[in-house]
Amino acid sequence: MNFGQSLIEALDSLTSNKLRSGLTILGIVIGVGAVIAMLAIGSGAQNSITGEIQGIGTNLLFIFRGGSEDVRNPKHLTLGDAEAIADPFAAPSVIGVAPILQGSGEVSFSGESTVTTILGVTPDYQPVRNYSLTEGEFISEAHMLGHSAVVLLGVDVADAIFGRTSGLVGETVRIEGQPFRVIGVLEERGGGAFGSQDDRVLVPLTTAQSRLIRRAARDRVDVILVSAASADLVPQASEEVAQILRTRHRTEIGKDDFTILTQQDFLDVASSITGILTVFLGGIAGISLLVGGIGIMNIMLVSVVERTREIGLRKAMGARKADILTQFLTESVLLSLFGGILGIGLGWLISAIVGQIAAANNADIVPVIGLNAVLLATIFSAAVGVFFGLYPANRAANLEPVEALRYE
Amino acid sequence: MSQWVVDAREVVKTYVMGNVQVHALRGLSLTIAPGEVVAIMGPSGSGKSTLMNILGCLDRPTAGEYYLDGESVAELSDDQLADIRNRKVGFVFQSFNLLPRATALANVELPLRYARDGRNRRQRALAALEAVGLADRVHHRPNELSGGQQQRVAIARAIVNNPSIVMADEPTGNLDTASGEAIMELLLDLNKERGTTLIIVTHDPEIAALTERVIRIRDGKVVEE
Repeated sequence: MNFGQSLIEALDSLTSNKLRSGLTILGIVIGVGAVIAMLAIGSGAQNSITGEIQGIGTNLLFIFRGGSEDVRNPKHLTLGDAEAIADPFAAPSVIGVAPILQGSGEVSFSGESTVTTILGVTPDYQPVRNYSLTEGEFISEAHMLGHSAVVLLGVDVADAIFGRTSGLVGETVRIEGQPFRVIGVLEERGGGAFGSQDDRVLVPLTTAQSRLIRRAARDRVDVILVSAASADLVPQASEEVAQILRTRHRTEIGKDDFTILTQQDFLDVASSITGILTVFLGGIAGISLLVGGIGIMNIMLVSVVERTREIGLRKAMGARKADILTQFLTESVLLSLFGGILGIGLGWLISAIVGQIAAANNADIVPVIGLNAVLLATIFSAAVGVFFGLYPANRAANLEPVEALRYE
Repeated sequence: MSQWVVDAREVVKTYVMGNVQVHALRGLSLTIAPGEVVAIMGPSGSGKSTLMNILGCLDRPTAGEYYLDGESVAELSDDQLADIRNRKVGFVFQSFNLLPRATALANVELPLRYARDGRNRRQRALAALEAVGLADRVHHRPNELSGGQQQRVAIARAIVNNPSIVMADEPTGNLDTASGEAIMELLLDLNKERGTTLIIVTHDPEIAALTERVIRIRDGKVVEE
């Protein structure tokens, strides 16, 4: 019997009991749909997180105080450290250095107030962090020298105290009770893995030191951001920075009292976390596919019993074991393959709905259904059909013709 | 080439049911010539169903030899037996055993689907249906046909491969007298026209009376011819 005939016969047999076939493939539909949706949402989340990390700034290195746990009394990072790193002879791979002082405080305007992150930054912060403004201008050297009481507002802050995000240049807000003139509004960057990047205000570093964020030592900074000349030079820049800080802090070999993280480090961590998440979700969804497969096996076993006489008749007419095996296997593969195709549709639907809900909640997740996920689901559901169809089909093929014909 | 189409020698068939051995056939020998019409009779439990299964190559004897159309079939594998059944044996059952969802034509085509030479399936099936007088019922399904018509479809299915023997197991058992007589007439006509050996297993002495030769079986042996 050739393949086309088996296909037609299997289709005929499956369509003769549509309700049963439909209920049988439901398990596969849900299983494949769940796998597709989970993979899509997982990779959407991964893209979103990766995009956010890349949005932090290109070729970026973060330098924090403190190394491994057994280093005692780590020295603070200072403006002097930042200047040393900016030396093009000591660190040729570095093109930008931005020391940051970080604190929090209350920002208010005519009765409206919000508590937000206050960053004291230098003019270099803009190119290093890749920031642009929707209006106004960035902090300048003149602001630094004059300890000017000027501020750049994040969109969330502007929205909270003004109720609008434009036309704000020249207004005066109060930070911790002191008046600051608004010189610009930061472009919207969206929520991130490190808290919203829009819920912050930027002031000149010198102003922050003297008025807002007081530290025990005057030149102390919290974080130094360094940008490398290119992505390839990030490891080299990291090594150069480490050498400079080791010399300045006089640390023993292997006992750095500072930590350098690159954007790549964040990306690695984030993608390994989302990778685990995707595998985990996909695995749970895979279990439902397994359950669907067992459903097919169950129905195929029932079908073999019901059609015992038919099998006996076919054998009496000269059907070989392989013919009967093919017949039942074709049916189960057809069932699961059809279920798989419907499941891809269902998965697409679920992902689209999740994407809509995420968009409505400002979560920046766009589910991505990859071609490989679709192929995987198709192949996997066909394999489920073969695997779970083999046992019932084998049972049918091995029926004794005499017994099968006598079966009532 | 043997002169016999059926040549069974000292055939023994023993079933094991639980702990009990059932001796269905105890050294039965039987020869049937090509073109013969034979009735096999015997009380229930005499072993006539077992004999029919072995003659129709649905089952293998425990011991003894059986030549069908000159080919030794006692020691063939399952698939080889399937092939022999496909080429040399046509079955007619008491309860017709048609595929309910398939048309008369598709039912008749069924043995050809499993045949090595499956060419001209449709024409051969149509010819067989015409031979049993059902040329106008080709696209009917079994539930749209009367019992007699269903048995005619089954007979068309049995002869479509031009088998050496047609095995009919109580072919009129589920039919009223008139249809039963018509079916017997058809079987005997086909035997005359085509020279196909016809073996009928039956309880009914009236049917046996229509055949040239009656073989009586009791306790797994031929007791009378």
